[in-house]
Amino acid sequence: MLLLGSPAVRVGISISIATGLYGVSFGALSVTSGLNFWQTMALSLLLFSGGSQFAFIGVVGGGGSGIAAMSAATLLGMRNGIYGMQLNALLRPTGWRKYVGAQLTIDESTATSTGQADPAEQRRGFWAAGIGIYVLWNLFTAVGALAGAGLGDPRQWGLDGAAVAAFLALLWPRLKGREPVAIAVVCAVATVIAVPFVPAGVPILVAAVVAAVIGWFSHGRSDEGLEPDVDPYREHHRHDGGHGGRHDDGHHGTVPGAGA
Amino acid sequence: MSLWFWLLVACALAYAWKLVGYLVPARFLENPRMSRIAGTMTIGLLASLTMVNAVASGQALAADARLGALAAAAVALALRAPFLVVVLAGAGTAALLRLLGCN
Repeated sequence: MLLLGSPAVRVGISISIATGLYGVSFGALSVTSGLNFWQTMALSLLLFSGGSQFAFIGVVGGGGSGIAAMSAATLLGMRNGIYGMQLNALLRPTGWRKYVGAQLTIDESTATSTGQADPAEQRRGFWAAGIGIYVLWNLFTAVGALAGAGLGDPRQWGLDGAAVAAFLALLWPRLKGREPVAIAVVCAVATVIAVPFVPAGVPILVAAVVAAVIGWFSHGRSDEGLEPDVDPYREHHRHDGGHGGRHDDGHHGTVPGAGA
Repeated sequence: MSLWFWLLVACALAYAWKLVGYLVPARFLENPRMSRIAGTMTIGLLASLTMVNAVASGQALAADARLGALAAAAVALALRAPFLVVVLAGAGTAALLRLLGCN
């Protein structure tokens, strides 16, 4: 009861349900991309970062090699390192909490935590969202994988179209402002140009290099592109513009000691 | 077996990224370039993955039912539909177009 009285825990639970549910689509797409049930579960249990997991199966499903799939997933996981730095400064975890918390460090748990102003709430929000998503994401991955295995021809069900939609849905919330849109367009064009000339999977890495070069030379917001797929504070943005999100307030957690 | 190998490497590196954030000294935060590259790369990779899945067919480019899925997903997202609805819109559109004879 005490926990349910915490606003951060309530946000954490609702974000867990919203994010966990789309584990169904990951599970189904993964088995139809050619991974087996346990490979699918290994990605959700061990890799545990939606974008990277979709990237891995997207490259494999497109005929790319294992090493290309691994590279795409790893490059996409770089942002979790930035989240780790923010959360370390904000929550100051010690001992085993650092190592467990690291595995739970993803877009949504970071956004739930940094959207709170009170240090105790920041901590509760991180753990509630992190643990909740981990449990539900894995549960629903299993459901999706079992259901996907019985589907027969995935193209008949439009599952290749589902993959396209999933990637666009992951990209969409990050397209806030002119520069992110420009980066997306440039990388999309670079990809299409590269497809006929390099092996499957490699065009994605070409786009990563282009994006990294843009990032190196640009002077945009430092948290550009670091938005959650499902924004825990979406309601707040819409109704009262409250302190919610990480992208519109001046005090988000990149400042060392912000939570001290 | 080789897929298992690269899969487990990907899992190990994903955890390494996450953990490194907790272990590096806070002064690295003062360099905004790293965080900017992480952000632009996230955008670039997701845009690229969207296109590869929409138009690539091995090493060839193809315009098929997947383009319909892309358009349907964009409409669903513009209407602020939740993630799962967007995915279903993409699947439904591709399946419907195939039923109508587009490959």
